[in-house]
Parts: sequence; structure tokens; C-alpha cells
Amino acid sequence: MTVAVAEGLFVEKPDGPHLIGGRRKADGEMKFPMPTGPEAALYDPVELAAEGKLWSYTVQRFRPKTPPYIGADDDKTFKPFTVGYVEFPGQVICEGRILVEDSSILKIGLPMRVALETFPTSTRGEVTTYAFRPA
Amino acid sequence: MTDVHIIGAGIHAFGRTPEMSGLDQGVFAVREALADAGLAWSDIQFAFGGSAAAGNADAALPRLGLTGVQFINISNGCATGGSSLLSGYWAIKSGEFDLGIVLGFDKHPRGAFNADPEASGLPRWYGETGMMLTTQFFAMKIRRYMDLYGISDTSLGRVAVKAFENGSRTPHAWRREPVGLQVVMNGDMVSDPLTKYMFCSPAEGGVALILASDKKMRELGLSGPKVRGAAVRTRPRGSFEVFAPSLDVERGVAPTVLASNAAYEMAGVAPSDISVAQIQDTESGAEIMHMAENGFCADGDQERMLAEGVTSLGGALPINTDGGCLACGEPIGASGLRQVYENVQQLRGRAEGRQVDNAKLGYSQVYGAPGLSAVAILEA
Repeated sequence: MTVAVAEGLFVEKPDGPHLIGGRRKADGEMKFPMPTGPEAALYDPVELAAEGKLWSYTVQRFRPKTPPYIGADDDKTFKPFTVGYVEFPGQVICEGRILVEDSSILKIGLPMRVALETFPTSTRGEVTTYAFRPA
Repeated sequence: MTDVHIIGAGIHAFGRTPEMSGLDQGVFAVREALADAGLAWSDIQFAFGGSAAAGNADAALPRLGLTGVQFINISNGCATGGSSLLSGYWAIKSGEFDLGIVLGFDKHPRGAFNADPEASGLPRWYGETGMMLTTQFFAMKIRRYMDLYGISDTSLGRVAVKAFENGSRTPHAWRREPVGLQVVMNGDMVSDPLTKYMFCSPAEGGVALILASDKKMRELGLSGPKVRGAAVRTRPRGSFEVFAPSLDVERGVAPTVLASNAAYEMAGVAPSDISVAQIQDTESGAEIMHMAENGFCADGDQERMLAEGVTSLGGALPINTDGGCLACGEPIGASGLRQVYENVQQLRGRAEGRQVDNAKLGYSQVYGAPGLSAVAILEA
């Protein structure tokens, strides 16, 4: 397994990867990712459910600008990718890349699972990031 | 307390002007506004101005005249122009000043706006993995809205067709050629369901508006629309905004709803009283959602309204009569003031080729990153 794109975004369990969110101690408001730095003291880390429902989605048809994007592709080799939000009921709605061959099969409300994706970068070699795929 | 009027308005046409800097275009607009009111720069008591990517607005001073005028630079994201207007409104309302100017200009490079995760308080991986794009946000917001309220792809297309039709009638617009529905719908997809014709582009332009108290306006023998209401509001908990790695499961309203309600209350008018509206159309879907967020219809009514031409010129509530951001482009510092400029033209009966008959109340709303909205309501 390659190195994670950032520490503390997800955890691997027997039933698959789970995202790690943060629950604010004061009022229970949930966020993803778990805040870092001084803000972290105000939150408890929470493992989110492995499965949720598609909340919205789109397809990124052009290569995002670098910086901040570090994909190893260039304008010629870039392949459109799908992104979307998945709602983990009672927890939080999280944004991520979506692993799907044909985005026309997606529908709001579709059950989705957290997955891991190898993401080739131009600066750090291959890294592992979280993604979602239809359950 | 005194009323505040807009007694002069100037614009540098939006689009691309390679031979002029953003500042050049701002200075041009100020001179146009002064000429419109028959005033000199030395008459101006205060200025609020902003630009997102073309330098400090007060760099205009050496060209306009070093009169010692109070000049405050405004930087408030996409609501920079709306915030300048509101600041000028308060300056006069407070009784401290009775004549001033608000200006905005910009000049952006081509293509999507640059995004810096750290400047937005976000982790770097969010931008590194390709999720920090305003275009994705707009596409996902309208995708969900379409699903919830039965809005069709055709309605997205109709908004763009209307924008280019109106832009073809507007001297300050960038896109001056009508584009047909099939072309819009079959255009390259940028971020599904939005094609390239459904997105506005970063652009250039400058706008200046001269504000005066009721008394000063009469002294000068001038006239101009009255500012009936003006408000800026930021995102409340649960609103869906750009660059959000996560959202609350308990959904809330958009900042536009808050700004809109505040402006209507201030003005003492209802959405049904408005004769012409300029609302944020970063992309086609934004105009559709903002129709509801500004109180002009219930969620889902847009489908029928667009099919019937209610928001076209000649309809019951013409929206984005100068082609909006879709036809004018979006120079951030100037965009909100361009909407107000267009309403001033409409309310003064000067919007030749696109004039709304009997326009009495003009409404404008600019919305954008990082999740704020500015509304102004003008009365003829």
C-alpha cells in the first residue's frame, strides 16, 4: 500500500475503509476531515459509517489547475473524473472522488461505499486517497 | 435620516480589453460617472472601491486627483462591489457625508479562478486531489436542486439563451451574439449537467456609481434612483457553499435568503413589487436557484416560468436584462456594481434596446465565494 495523501483521513477495517470525521464537543456538529491544529482539541474523532447515500455529483471534464492539483497527468492525458457528496445518515455529508466507469448510472440516493484509490501525483509518486463507489 | 440616491453611473464595457489594465478600466468608469452627473473629482467626499485581482482600488487616486479624499479599499470576495455600495450607503445615511463614489474593477486571467487551499482554511489534499473547483460546486448544487424540484436540462439551456439574447442588446456586455438552444445544450460539457455556454467566464471591466443624500441631490439639481434597501449576509450553518469537504446533514438556507429578506424588510416591499431583477448567474443553475432564494418563485416554478418567458424581456419579471454574468463575464470587483448599474439604466429609462416598460423597482443580488450575498433594491 502506498502512503496516504494525508494522515487521519480514513481507517481500514475488516468491513472496508471508513472516513474519520470530527464531532465538536460543544454542540455535536460533525465535520470531515477531523480538524487539525488548535481546532482539534475542540473535536472528538468519529469513525463514519462505511456506507452512505449519494447526495450529489458531477464530472470534472477539464484538468484542474496546478497548483493546487497534483495529478500526474497533463492536459493531453487527463481523463475526466467523477466527484460527489455522500451522506452518512445522522453523521455528515462528505465530498470525495467517485470510482465509476460510467457516471450516467449515478442517481441521487444511490447507496455508496467508501473505497481507497491509488492516485498518481506529479510531486509525491503514488498516494492513496479515499473515494466512493456504488455499493 | 436622509435618503440615498444614485445620481451618476459609469461603466467600462465588460469583456477583454488587452490594451487596458483593470485600473485603467476603473478610472474610465469613474470619469464616465462624474461626466454623467456633471461633477468633478474634487466634489467627491468619500470613496469605497475594490478589485480582487487588479490591485488596490485606491491606486486610482493619482490619476483622478490627490484631493485627500477618504478612500477605503474593500475586499469581500465576490460581494466586493455590493459591499462597496453598502458602505457608501451607510456613509451617507449616517449623516457624516453627502456625496461620494463607489467603484469596482477587475482583470482576471483566462480559465477557472485559481484556488489556494490554505487561503481558504482547507487542507492541501483537498486541492491536490482535484476537488477545489468552483465549477464542481455549482454543478453539484444545481444537480441536487434539479433532482429535488424537477428542473430539466432544457431550463438550464433557456437561461443561457436568454442571457445571450439580452447581451446582444447591451453595449456593455461581452457576448453580443445570440446563441440558440441546441448550440447551448450540445456545447462541451464542463461539469455535468453544465455545458460551456452555461458558465460565465472570468473577465474584465469597471463600474462606478455616485451616491448623494437627498438634500445634496436637490442642491445639485440632479436626480437618480433611491436606494430603498441594501444588505450583505454571510453563510449560515447548513448552507451549501464552495470548497466544502463536508456539509451538515441538517440543511439550512443560503446566505442569499438572509440578505434578500433583510433588503425587502428595509425597503418595505415584497418580491411581487419588483419590476426588474439582476441576480447572480455564475452559471445557468445559479440563476434558477436564485430566483427562489430571492423570493421570486417557489422551488420548482422556474421550469414553467422559463418555458413561458416570464423572466425574458417583455415577461412579467425580466431577469438579467443586460445578459448577466453569462453574457458580461465576471470581473469579481466590478460584477456586483454592474448589476446595480444596469438597474440604474432601467430605472432611468436609458436601457435602449432592452428597456423594461414602466420599471419602478430594480433588484440586484450578487453571490459568491466564500459564501456571501449582497442585495440592493432601487426605486426609480
